[in-house]
Amino acid sequence: MQPLTNKAKQVSRKPMTFAERLYLPAIFKGMMITFSHIFKKKPTINYPEKQRPFSPVFRGLQILNRDEEGRENCTACGLCAVACPAEAITMEAAERQPGEEHLYKEEKYAAKYEINMLRCIFCGLCEEACPKDAIYLSETFTPADYQRKQFIYAKNDLLIPHPKENPEAYQKALGNRATKN
Amino acid sequence: MLLAIDFALIIEKLILIVVVVSASLVIAMYTTFAERKVAAILQDRRGPNRAGPFGLLQPLADGLKLFFKEEIIPNFSSKFLFILGPALAMLTAVMTSAVVPWGDKVQLFDREINLQIADINIGILYVFGVVSMGVYGIMIGSWASNNKFSLLGGLRAASQIISYELAMGISLIALLMVTGTLSLKEMVVQQQAGHWNIIYQPLGFLIFLICAFAECNRTPFDLPEAENELIGGYHTEYSSMKLGFYLFSEYINMFISSVIMATLFFGGYDMPFVNEANFTPNIAAIIGVAALMTKVILFIFLFMWVRWTIPRFRYDQLMHLGWRILIPLALFNMLVTGAAVLYFNR
Repeated sequence: MQPLTNKAKQVSRKPMTFAERLYLPAIFKGMMITFSHIFKKKPTINYPEKQRPFSPVFRGLQILNRDEEGRENCTACGLCAVACPAEAITMEAAERQPGEEHLYKEEKYAAKYEINMLRCIFCGLCEEACPKDAIYLSETFTPADYQRKQFIYAKNDLLIPHPKENPEAYQKALGNRATKN
Repeated sequence: MLLAIDFALIIEKLILIVVVVSASLVIAMYTTFAERKVAAILQDRRGPNRAGPFGLLQPLADGLKLFFKEEIIPNFSSKFLFILGPALAMLTAVMTSAVVPWGDKVQLFDREINLQIADINIGILYVFGVVSMGVYGIMIGSWASNNKFSLLGGLRAASQIISYELAMGISLIALLMVTGTLSLKEMVVQQQAGHWNIIYQPLGFLIFLICAFAECNRTPFDLPEAENELIGGYHTEYSSMKLGFYLFSEYINMFISSVIMATLFFGGYDMPFVNEANFTPNIAAIIGVAALMTKVILFIFLFMWVRWTIPRFRYDQLMHLGWRILIPLALFNMLVTGAAVLYFNR
């Protein structure tokens, strides 16, 4: 029969030589291989002390953004909720009252903004859909929890720290994004 | 007075026993740690490094864990034998250390203290007797478990010990023909004066080494506790510290057989290229103990190195190796040694 490929190898059916039957040289060879592994570099990273750097395009936990004066960017337009393929985002809009100008950037804001992290697939379409630069995906994971309801993140879980009241945390949460824009 | 009891001697021996037993327990403890570390290093991993500096408290954590685990004695087991099994395994493992010469004499409080619990003139026979009793612990435990897998493990252990004890004994006979003594102490003294026995008995050492692996149930001969075919073998039904005793006795056995191999073939507490007579007796003894421990550590590393390199034998291969290769080889070795001893008229 014509072979389909030339990959087939002839199996050697020769009886073993005395050295092969002794089995000890083969064991010794194997032991030399394992011994050489003592000097190899270990790929393990000591996790909590050392962390593998995230890629710049990593998509993690969502963050609701504020501007430099600490006002929320979100206008509750609902584009992110529409864009979300997993339907993880829910929101309720409200109108800004006089005297709340230091809290919300525009006349409309999100009174309630929830993301169900069990549904979210971290595709980043909400970030792409947002016209106000109000939501973006950070470089952190969603921490594990025992209850499902803990995974529905409300506004105070998602909002970035206030840039004036807590500038250090703000810069930290901003991360690489400060240079990205 | 004929029956005067030398109380100082009794106290001296008691202290020595306590020191030797606790030292071998601690060494066995840290052998478990070393096993995990060596396995990790040979497999490009890091191994336990969380408990204490460099993970050095890991064996303590393991031991504590075993102590706090729930102790289960199966309903259908015979309880006395079930408890006797691990106890016997542990006991025989520790008992072997009695005849090992750990070092030369030490001078303390105007007394010459021999660093050996009992220098009996049939030392090596005693070791053999006790070691082959060790398998009773495994057999009794596996029988008492009333579990098919345990029983199979116990059967395997028993037949393995029988098969390899023979070759081991015959290889040892050749050694005894060379040394002409059964006392371990005298063997070391001879090797200190002349050459190490490995020079006279390389083949005998190889056979002894292979058989020692089999007697300790170490890979590639760990069929009695084959995890993937017998779900743990003879200790399937054991939990808590009884399981701990079984695992622990394996490590003590490994330590003791390393000591025996170092003593029989590698000069025991003899430091090569150093004349012990140049030092004061105490320093010479310390050097001797250090030399013995270094040899033991190298042997233990060899045990681990082989374990993490070679897969387990199939059972028929194990029997083939034992009966059809090692025993004829050992007999051949004995014959050649006998002829050589006769020819050189030693």
